[in-house]
Amino acid sequence: MSYSETKAADAHGEQAIDRKSVYVYEAPVRIWHWVNALAIVTLALTGYFIGSPLPSQPGEASANFLMGYIRFTHFAAGQVMAIFLILRVYWAFVGNKHARQIFYVPVWSGRFWSEWLHEVKWYTFLARQPKKYVGHNPLAQFTMFFMVTLPMFFMVITGFALYSEGTGRDSWEFKLFGWVFSIFPNSQDVHTLHHLGMWVILTFVMVHIYVAVREDIMSRQSIISSMISGERLFKDEEDD
Amino acid sequence: MAATETFYDVIRRQGITRRSFTKFCSLTAASLGFGPAGAKAMEQALETKERVPVIWMHGLECTCCSESFIRSAHPLVKDVVLSMISLDYDDTIMAAAGKQAEAILEETKQKYKGKYILAVEGNPPLNEDGMFCIDGGKPFVEKLKWMAEDAMAIIAWGACASWGCVQAAKPNPTQATPIDKVIKDKPIIKVPGCPPIAEVMTGVVTFITTFGRLPELDRQGRPQMFYSQRIHDKCYRRPHFDAGQFVEEWDDEGARKGYCLYKMGCKGPTTYNACSTVRWNGGVSFPIQSGHGCIGCSEDGFWDKGSFYDRLTTINQFGIEANADQIGRTAAGVVGAGIVAHAAITAVKRVTTKREKTDA
Repeated sequence: MSYSETKAADAHGEQAIDRKSVYVYEAPVRIWHWVNALAIVTLALTGYFIGSPLPSQPGEASANFLMGYIRFTHFAAGQVMAIFLILRVYWAFVGNKHARQIFYVPVWSGRFWSEWLHEVKWYTFLARQPKKYVGHNPLAQFTMFFMVTLPMFFMVITGFALYSEGTGRDSWEFKLFGWVFSIFPNSQDVHTLHHLGMWVILTFVMVHIYVAVREDIMSRQSIISSMISGERLFKDEEDD
Repeated sequence: MAATETFYDVIRRQGITRRSFTKFCSLTAASLGFGPAGAKAMEQALETKERVPVIWMHGLECTCCSESFIRSAHPLVKDVVLSMISLDYDDTIMAAAGKQAEAILEETKQKYKGKYILAVEGNPPLNEDGMFCIDGGKPFVEKLKWMAEDAMAIIAWGACASWGCVQAAKPNPTQATPIDKVIKDKPIIKVPGCPPIAEVMTGVVTFITTFGRLPELDRQGRPQMFYSQRIHDKCYRRPHFDAGQFVEEWDDEGARKGYCLYKMGCKGPTTYNACSTVRWNGGVSFPIQSGHGCIGCSEDGFWDKGSFYDRLTTINQFGIEANADQIGRTAAGVVGAGIVAHAAITAVKRVTTKREKTDA
């Protein structure tokens, strides 16, 4: 932990407030976060237009390649997301303890559940004050695991399985992800689930952005700037 | 004695010249995707191997597989039935009937133990001890199990035998069950389609009887040579798909120009079959060529995936008929409204607590 010891004062003698800060999100985590955000937007947009294509293009087929470009963008963004997901998993092992948080839910811990409940109360206006957290609060950890981490793996796996339909039975994509079609013999089901997965992630994005903004204003620590600088600032010096 | 007779013997006895025989071998080898060496291997096999007896049974089905089969052009079904295989039993098209016909089953079972092919069209219903399909005085499921015991391999003809098809569609009152869920200890080859393409059927029979083994199968147990690609991948309208040119409604300009039928619910992108390459009726046409989308008849549970004319699947698990987008939009709408309400309460709370603090 590091925090500033000096108290700066301006010309009018007004003193700056003392604020503790902790380095939480390391550079790889922050880069992953923003690359992922961009990939999700790209994938959702192009994916939606693959399911419900834009109005027909006029002219000869040879002069148009709109659907081709949309699909290419989707596949490219998907590959980027997959590679960054692998790097992120790697970083969960070698990074600091906060890098591991979104990959598990400590269901065995009684303290986790009591603090989880407190956080629910805070969001339902029953608790007066939220607790302080260096990393994610228990409710955030819970939501991220079930609405981002799991769905992301699901989307990458089903995505590559669907991609393997085009690349063929001899492709490495089919060798690695063809087992999806042993669970769902009709790939139409995989298309539908992949589509529903998009809506799960989009719903999360809505909640995520709202809560990040709200917490930044209401809670006792910084949220939004932390994902840019990596530093978590605490607004008061009270414990907990 | 029939047991020592080779295919070649029979073919020659039928008055077919060696030249025609060689031609047949190269044509069939080509249709199965083999190189020039394949034709030679086929010739050799047909000249040296015993004829393989085939027993063709019918469970719950509509006989569309048989109808398709007898229309095969390459090889001609006459060649397949008369020269290639000894179709010893097929209750729909055989001359014998009653006890005489059933006696053939007993005889084949004994004489060709572990050597005959059991081709099954349709599937057995399991509800009420199989009483929904009685064949020769016994439930079909018993007859099937009995004949499967000594078979070399089983061919599951069509969507019925492979997946269940219409009689297994929800709510499936007779509990119609595909073959591979009933027979577990025999190699099973699925040849799905409603019906399968004639050339695919004869191609599969030719392969098995010639080489005495099943062709290479995919994860779902279908022959790779005919079911490894989607209709979409070899569709002649694919350039229109990539260009983003779609039929928006029946009889519009796009339909007249032969644009892609994706928006009309074509199931080509999720259907594995050879329609877009082999086509139907001797290569004349196939559904997409005649202006209608693929309905995915060779896929698992194609009756239960909503309308044939919708791109997005109907999902019934949610109680009402809805697709992924309708469900997603509703969820996003509810969450969005929740966020707005939550933000409003937060703002009000904050103002009132501040006022309390300043008052105090």
